[in-house]
Amino acid sequence: MSAETATTEALGWLGVPLAVIAGTMRGGTPFLFVSLGECLTEKSGKINLGLEGTLLTGAMSAYGISLITGSPWLGVLVAGLAGCFLGAIHGWLSQQLRVNDVAVGIAMIIFGSGIAFFFGKPFIQPSAPLLPTINLGGANLPPALQAALQISPLFLLGLAIAPLMQWFFRSTRWGLFIRAVGDSPEAARAMGVSIFKVRMLSIIAGSFLAGIGGASLSLYYPGLWTERISSGQGLMAVALVIFARWNPIACLWASLLFGGAQALGPALQSVGVQEGYYLFNAAPYVLTLVIMIFTCSPQRSLVGAPGALGKENA
Amino acid sequence: MVNLQNWRRPLESLVLSGGAILVGLLLFGIFCALVGANPFAVYASIWKAAFGQWSTFQNTLIRAAPLMLSFLCTALPARLGLVIIGNEGALVIGGLGAVLMGLMLSYGNLVPSPEQLAEPLGMSPLVIQIAMALAGMAAGGLWIMAVGALRHYRAVNETISSLLLNYIAIALLNHLVGGPIRDPASLNKPSSFSLAEAVMLGNIPGTRVHWGLLYGIIACIISYILIQRTTFGFSARVAGGNIRAARIAGLPVGKLTLIICFLAGSCAGLAGMVEVAAVQGSANESLNVGYGYGGILVAFAARHNPLAAILISLLVGGILASGGILQRTHNLPDATVLIFQGLIFLCVLYSDSLYGRFGIFKEKPMTAQPPAPPTTPGQEPVVIS
Repeated sequence: MSAETATTEALGWLGVPLAVIAGTMRGGTPFLFVSLGECLTEKSGKINLGLEGTLLTGAMSAYGISLITGSPWLGVLVAGLAGCFLGAIHGWLSQQLRVNDVAVGIAMIIFGSGIAFFFGKPFIQPSAPLLPTINLGGANLPPALQAALQISPLFLLGLAIAPLMQWFFRSTRWGLFIRAVGDSPEAARAMGVSIFKVRMLSIIAGSFLAGIGGASLSLYYPGLWTERISSGQGLMAVALVIFARWNPIACLWASLLFGGAQALGPALQSVGVQEGYYLFNAAPYVLTLVIMIFTCSPQRSLVGAPGALGKENA
Repeated sequence: MVNLQNWRRPLESLVLSGGAILVGLLLFGIFCALVGANPFAVYASIWKAAFGQWSTFQNTLIRAAPLMLSFLCTALPARLGLVIIGNEGALVIGGLGAVLMGLMLSYGNLVPSPEQLAEPLGMSPLVIQIAMALAGMAAGGLWIMAVGALRHYRAVNETISSLLLNYIAIALLNHLVGGPIRDPASLNKPSSFSLAEAVMLGNIPGTRVHWGLLYGIIACIISYILIQRTTFGFSARVAGGNIRAARIAGLPVGKLTLIICFLAGSCAGLAGMVEVAAVQGSANESLNVGYGYGGILVAFAARHNPLAAILISLLVGGILASGGILQRTHNLPDATVLIFQGLIFLCVLYSDSLYGRFGIFKEKPMTAQPPAPPTTPGQEPVVIS
């Protein structure tokens, strides 16, 4: 929040759109990773609502490891691995007979946030080394503008993963397996593909990405660890994937949009609009809801939706 | 009420749910041991803090009351095959609605001036309480009915929309108590003005437990009768089992969805009313302290059966009540309670996959008996789409 405050204090009302644009990259990074992770998961025909818990656990473990070892990059890695751990539970449990993946996701939100809050308690106060940033702004710009143009390497990483994932789904053998398992498990089984294995790996890999999304929250922006750091971003990512029609590139654009929406509240607060602070902070939730209302339809199933999504385990 | 020919399936349900809770308890013990606490001492503390003595058991009862109501917010729509987890939001909105109604009827103003505070309108407390309950129920009901309407008319995923509405409800609460309806005297914890002592829900005589517990039990019993014993409940279960068959049979699926969602939300709203009118006395952020997620856990652990939920609410209420003592005597953070709930939840879900795996619960092939009528009070696993 402080960077935005600095930006807008220096530039007045002009700072609001600037802060929102900066927010698209800053606040969009966790959305990007979680939505790519969810996209991968859902392509295999399972939904993972528990990514909210994964995001929190990732944020906590990244911050804790960075604090203890002094290496934020090690923190990012451990965040991903912590995500894999939660993903493995989800992947195994949600594939048991008659077990509903949405319900498992809710349980994993409770369990994951429990893990994050339990082990994160000692990390709330101290400040850990954060990830380095890349400055896009030149040295001659006002400092406030420079602050807004600091880009995280994680954002660039996400920027690279989105088209890679698109290519992976379209052009690789494993991508085909995942799509087959997600669209028609029977056909995949006939091809000799193990549905269990493909889904398990997709869910674990997706949770790895979500864990890294958590790391970008605690080690980049806002760059601290609190229990309210995610406040539903993992869930919004699920809606965002629907909005993006299960397309990784579209996930990228949608994440930027959500990042911008999230920056609105703090940006307005810093120019003195105190009145509806909490309401503006609710902008991303309202935006998600509105988008879902307009993109869903009772007459047809959504274009691009994996066929096996929401079906019971066979 | 128990159909004797069909005792094996309810027993299977009971054994599997009970077993799941025990395994959850065991895993929690292992977790405690791993983080360096003595699991047996932790169990003993939880037992003592939650059920051991009448004085502490009352804390459990106080927490079980909103859980029973919040439970219905997930359990009723589950009959239709909907997974609604907007309990927290509906509870917050219900509590907010109840406080606003209470202040309006007591003082004629949401932000009463000192003169108005000194001279209440003098309306009968009973009338105010009833109006508060109705306001809470209406507010929570409409909140969840919106989820049902979005589901029915726009095919918006009800799980996600109800979760988003939780965050929106909390933002609305923070906004209102932080400004428009704030009591200037509430410094550290922004709150609305407090309800007068006279309009608060009293305690059940001889206890510290408020009347909200009775609301919870009655609501669960009514829901059980509604779902299992009425044509309305039967139609809902048919629609939940097979929505296309229900449409072909001419059942008004849309109307059913809206009514059930309204009822579900109004129960959570009533839980909010109980929280403000019996515990908090005003609207503030303490309204969202985990009764929402707790209610969801109760719903899945009780397999959406309202009678079983009364018992499970006591269990989860006990877990919530023991949070403080875990912190004080074992130095375990508050989040321990979340981990405990999460583990039990995961075990309960896994137990769903064990139905039919144990031969002892298999129904004997029936020779002379006709097939069981569809209104059997069985605890059939709910089909969730």
